[in-house]
Amino acid sequence: MKIRIGLGSCGIAAGALKVMEALKEELDSHNLKIEIQQTGCIGMCHKEPLLDIIDDNGQTFTYGKITEKDVKAIIEEHVIAGNPVEKHLVNSSQNPNDFLGEQVRVALRNCGIIDPEQIGHYTERGGYEALKKAITMSPGDIIEEIKTSGLRGRGGAGFPTWFKWNAARNNPGEIKYIVCNADEGDPGAFMDRSVLESDPHSVLEGMAIAGYAIGAAEGVIYCRAEYPLAIRRLELAIKQAKEKDLLGSNILGSTFSFNIRIKQGAGAFVCGEETALIASLEGERGMPRLKPPFPAQSGYWGKPTNINNVETFANIPWIIAEGGKAFAAMGSQTSKGTKVFALAGKIKRGGLVEVPMGLSLRDVIYKIGGGIKEDRNFKAVQLGGPSGGCIPVDLLDTPVEYESITATGAIMGSGGMVVMDETTCMVDVARFFLDFTQKESCGKCVQCRIGTKRMLEILERICNGEGRPGDIELLQEIALKVGEGSLCGLGQSAPNPVLTTIRYFREEYEAHINEKKCPAMQCKALITYRIDPDKCKSCALCAKKCPVNCITGEKKKPYVIDQEQCIKCGNCMEVCPTKFNAVIVE
Amino acid sequence: MYITINGTDYEVRGESTVLEVAQREGIYIPTLCHHPALEPYGACRLCLVEIIAGGRPGLTASCALPVSEGLVIETDSPRVHHVRQITMKLIMAACPDVPAVMELAEKLGVTDTPYQKASVPNSCVLCGICVRICSKVGTSAIGFAYRGSDRQVMGPWDKTPDTCLGCRACENVCPMGLIKFEEKDGVLIGEPFKSRVTMAKCSECGRFFTGAPMVGTLQQRVGLAVDLCPECQKTKEARLLAHAGGLGRYFNLEKQDH
Repeated sequence: MKIRIGLGSCGIAAGALKVMEALKEELDSHNLKIEIQQTGCIGMCHKEPLLDIIDDNGQTFTYGKITEKDVKAIIEEHVIAGNPVEKHLVNSSQNPNDFLGEQVRVALRNCGIIDPEQIGHYTERGGYEALKKAITMSPGDIIEEIKTSGLRGRGGAGFPTWFKWNAARNNPGEIKYIVCNADEGDPGAFMDRSVLESDPHSVLEGMAIAGYAIGAAEGVIYCRAEYPLAIRRLELAIKQAKEKDLLGSNILGSTFSFNIRIKQGAGAFVCGEETALIASLEGERGMPRLKPPFPAQSGYWGKPTNINNVETFANIPWIIAEGGKAFAAMGSQTSKGTKVFALAGKIKRGGLVEVPMGLSLRDVIYKIGGGIKEDRNFKAVQLGGPSGGCIPVDLLDTPVEYESITATGAIMGSGGMVVMDETTCMVDVARFFLDFTQKESCGKCVQCRIGTKRMLEILERICNGEGRPGDIELLQEIALKVGEGSLCGLGQSAPNPVLTTIRYFREEYEAHINEKKCPAMQCKALITYRIDPDKCKSCALCAKKCPVNCITGEKKKPYVIDQEQCIKCGNCMEVCPTKFNAVIVE
Repeated sequence: MYITINGTDYEVRGESTVLEVAQREGIYIPTLCHHPALEPYGACRLCLVEIIAGGRPGLTASCALPVSEGLVIETDSPRVHHVRQITMKLIMAACPDVPAVMELAEKLGVTDTPYQKASVPNSCVLCGICVRICSKVGTSAIGFAYRGSDRQVMGPWDKTPDTCLGCRACENVCPMGLIKFEEKDGVLIGEPFKSRVTMAKCSECGRFFTGAPMVGTLQQRVGLAVDLCPECQKTKEARLLAHAGGLGRYFNLEKQDH
């Protein structure tokens, strides 16, 4: 028997360390010698902290939302008496839940299963076998295998991986580099962090195979400093791999040598753009450079460089071990394999999911994600973060594949999937993302520096009820030109949230501008909170909760909100008992 | 090698960019951040041209586009024209009272901007030529600070840059004429970078003539000893020439060297 506990950043944040302490104490008090294994993230963020009991038959029982208080019952009833505690059970090998059952895990194959800090756990599950196989193959054959797999870059643009590798391999140069882009910056995205924290060796192995294929002896992982756990686990993994002769000089007795080091980034969104990333690696300010030359021609220190994203590298060992054909058997015509998404927002079961390409957005959101929180109506799903767009309800059957997603005006992106319901204002969403890109713009080129700022100003005035006729057209014009004329991917894709929300939710923009109304009741300047005197029972709950004390009243008389002072926080509406529902928003 | 610009074929020898070829052939492409002494930068987006064939079709910055055989370019297609107009309007909104910007806007037929105008007077267009020339000189006394629309050029932490040589290269290259150095009591004061550089004295006439660190750097890097101001240097050279040519008697020079 073994007990496994999820100690990714997510689990730790939810209180898994406390659960672990309680677990140790409880086992000690029963004099039980049972191994407690830490693991990364299985992806069920909505059920953290998670605890697995793996019984002697190899059956796994997963308990979710565990607190220190629940540990006693689980130990006594399940571990000692052998009866699973139904109340906290969220998954079991015999009875997989909908969240996990619908997934196909390739990149996340070890996440939430192995101890990321033990290389033995990784090799037990076939880890580094692909590297062993790769160094007996010719670099050309490896690239051919990747070509067969149809793998495309998982960082966002979806460029064929083999093509980049081939270009870096064919460009002349004694010294070449492999760079892993772990600068995950989209709001609401955590795919890369999770992979690095839960299965760092898969990325190292993928990088080593890439190094062998293009003829590089050095790899650099560019990871944001905000991911301290990922960095710590990566450092440990590199050390362990070196000890096992899987990294370093003359790997496994071959002539192939490959070293990996980590470079911590300061977390600028633009550093996810490959040329800005290279500038930052070289110690320069993280600003994009002109392409051509492409990194495959002249990248890190002017040498041919291949840059791939974390998830792309994590797929590589699987492809080499299982064959490109097996990978290509999954997915759709143009998009092969699987894709990891960080499912977030107004969704019942948020978390990290990996699905075969070609699955519809509807299936991801409803089958895996369980639908919308509080059973509200679905409004849109935002794909691709600040570079992506919002996809409306009538396009929910769009399959998850590069071309189809791009056709909607969004992008596949690195996998951020934010679900929005009827209480989300789409103009406000566009404003939020523009505010983000505008702040993250490096400021080098005119389009992005000034263009996004002007777009933000227009969106802000619309949200503030000062929108003017013609603003939508002005926004569209400037958005299209910023997209066309910007220097790098950040500016080129920054208008996408604006363009897609105008395309699918134009009526909301019009309501803001023409009627000075926010249909989703979100834009503070356009709404008022009022207490219905007929419904108010003078309970004073709202007055107690009001942070600016602008609600007054007395016993047996309806309370009143002072509109002058109201900051529209909505607290009053939240606390008003549902049986009264006296607070109205208009 | 032949490339086609606006329907006419041009022969190009050796490596060059589309912008260079256009400038050589007298085809007008506006630009703000290009400087012939510096590497392509691609920031102003005014030099965008449309690739019709021979490359990835679409808009691209001509300053960084290398000429290749069979490249077909339009420098003023409707698509280019439209983006350029918007770009100019954006620049105009950001730097509403800079004469050089207004001049360029007029040239491109842009008379007004629909966007909110900046309230800061004499805003820099952030072409980065000064920063890049300073880096080329080898000191990088000034650089960019802040991100996005807050971006500015300044010395480190907006303090007097201690590596400024007082070479005044930035002042020379600024296309907007916004950088001014002044001499005051033997100190060279450079706005807007808060530069304060002690000046070197001419060993001949005793006038201050350039930054003292500049003199030191020249000596150190190229072995050139400069101790005369440009005026005295000219006189000295003329005198040397005159003597060498035996024409000394035609010059009414008060002091005779050698």
